[in-house]
Amino acid sequence: METRIYKKENSLSFFKLLKGSATDIYKSRFLARQLAERDIKAQYRQSYLGIIWAFIMPITTAIVWIFLSSSGTVQLSDTGISYPVYVFSGTLIWSIFKDALVMPTTSTSSARGILSKINFPKEALILSGIYKMLFNTLFKVGLLFILMIIYKVGFSFSLLLFPLGLLVLVFIGVAIGLIITPFSMLYKDIGKIINLGLSFFMYVTPVVYAMPDKGLMKTLMELNPLTYVIGITRDMLFGGSFAYLTPYFAIVLMCLPILVLGLVWYRLSIPVIVERLSA
Amino acid sequence: MENDEVLVKVEGLSKKFCKDLKTSLWYGVKDLISGVKGNKNERTLRPKEFWAVKDVNFELRRGECLGLIGHNGAGKSTLLKILNGLINPDAGQVTIRGRVGALIELGAGFNPILSGRENIYNNGAVLGFTRNEIDNKLEDIIDFAEIREFIDMPVQNYSSGMKVRLGFAIAAQMEPDVLIIDEVLAVGDLAFRMKCYNHLMNVISKNVAIILVSHSVVDIMRLCNSVMVMESGKPIYLGSNEKGVSLYNNLAKKENLYNPNFNVFIRENEIENDFNTEDDITFDIKIFSNFKIESAKLIFHLEFSSIRLASISSNYNQFELNLEQGENNFEFTLEKTPLLVGGYMGKFDLYGKTLKDYYGTSNTTTFNIIGPKVNYEGLGRSQIIALNHNWKKKN
Repeated sequence: METRIYKKENSLSFFKLLKGSATDIYKSRFLARQLAERDIKAQYRQSYLGIIWAFIMPITTAIVWIFLSSSGTVQLSDTGISYPVYVFSGTLIWSIFKDALVMPTTSTSSARGILSKINFPKEALILSGIYKMLFNTLFKVGLLFILMIIYKVGFSFSLLLFPLGLLVLVFIGVAIGLIITPFSMLYKDIGKIINLGLSFFMYVTPVVYAMPDKGLMKTLMELNPLTYVIGITRDMLFGGSFAYLTPYFAIVLMCLPILVLGLVWYRLSIPVIVERLSA
Repeated sequence: MENDEVLVKVEGLSKKFCKDLKTSLWYGVKDLISGVKGNKNERTLRPKEFWAVKDVNFELRRGECLGLIGHNGAGKSTLLKILNGLINPDAGQVTIRGRVGALIELGAGFNPILSGRENIYNNGAVLGFTRNEIDNKLEDIIDFAEIREFIDMPVQNYSSGMKVRLGFAIAAQMEPDVLIIDEVLAVGDLAFRMKCYNHLMNVISKNVAIILVSHSVVDIMRLCNSVMVMESGKPIYLGSNEKGVSLYNNLAKKENLYNPNFNVFIRENEIENDFNTEDDITFDIKIFSNFKIESAKLIFHLEFSSIRLASISSNYNQFELNLEQGENNFEFTLEKTPLLVGGYMGKFDLYGKTLKDYYGTSNTTTFNIIGPKVNYEGLGRSQIIALNHNWKKKN
């Protein structure tokens, strides 16, 4: 018979926690799917525009930049492909990363009611968040392919890697998001700072324009690890140069331990959050 | 499977909370960081903290039901949260064997826009059922909740009673070894409460260990083998239902202050004040008066859980009551007290010739009726008053 012991967390080992986390992720597949299904169903049942809301942000950003570029307001370096497709793919990849980053916080926050009442595998919240994101991403990518056909962008074999690239992107976002979540659950400021920071960060990442050949922007972009992540993910889409493969793999490899750490950290901190938010 | 194995063991359990939100959040950050380092130090109170639960110990075996009673803020729900593994204790340890089920929040995970049927899956998943299990139990759940007609209607259009019924119906499908219940018996209409009650009796008969929080003395008496009374986080009593419930009844009036000039206490076992139904209970009344009062009246009030059960004036027996200057002593006896198990309170008002001449009220004395055991299953006398009665067959 299963025996549980609750005491102050003074003798917990990292590997025990990790093992617990892994078992709970496995055990919570149904719960995670059910929660994702619930949220998606509820969202679309109460809305006529439905999935369109998932595109609105990347599309509006794309339109603004297409206008800025075509009207000559800003001079951008050559992107190598049709600019509208470049911008849309950029904003889309960026929006997926951003969603992944804030997802652990939003998922946990919206489950506050049950967190303080029922003991269920908390990892299900993260998993269901990933499910929901993948669902939205499916539609976004569909739209992107349509645009690529319209603008006659050639399909290359590296496109087959694109789903994998997106998955890696999601996991990088979630890994960082998990580390932040316990703090952003306690203080609303954290979420606001992240939001603000991200909107600045977008402009030092090749999202709506390519990296210039020289100047301050080039230095900033080269310092920004996201440049490589976004860049390589986009290269998969268009069969680009794959110029920064080494830093990309370095970042991905670094994010693996962060993800593991994040999961353990999340598991460890949930009781503290429940205690502080619903005592 | 052994029948008397200990399923729940609680040792020296304590939990502290913070009174101030900002400080609490900051302590949260500190706890997050010290949690990683593995805080081995004994935890003491930091500024603005208090013990929400302090030094709780008990053991619960298979087939036993422990009632937790105490006023709001006594720490009952916090204790349940620790037992349920939602928050970690600050000291002590809980050991729970077997599957744990909690009837704390009914209908957790419901989405108001979705139909009852869809929400059965949502709530079921949160409670830890697999899809197959829910598929199999779906019909039982709908029948138990008695909402077959409305099962495909959005839950937001359900009446509150229907929502609760559906939530309970799903939760009732759990087959735990340890069941934690917080006040859910108090919701819904009478018919539904009877249904819950019957279900719980059924659960108990399956050798489940139950921890029940309730404000209903009747529920406690019916379901529990023993009770724990909590006050400001501390367990002040652990033992028989009768004594525990009495203590709980009397907690309410504890703030009533000692009045040096008008002092009443119960004779004999003065500390415990425990009696049986139909015992004589004698009160010693000591009044210190600054002046003479001719033909005064003492009025005795008997109360139960803040309900006044009876008042008796000394006038009724034409008892001649004259107070001298200085100390006066009287005695008052309730003969063959017709009260059943529970905690009761008595106090006296002092009046002069008429009710307009009010002089004062005594301290409140409490006494407990702790026996004989009351049978709440329709096989004996129950509730408050011991009615003497006769049955006779007529032709």
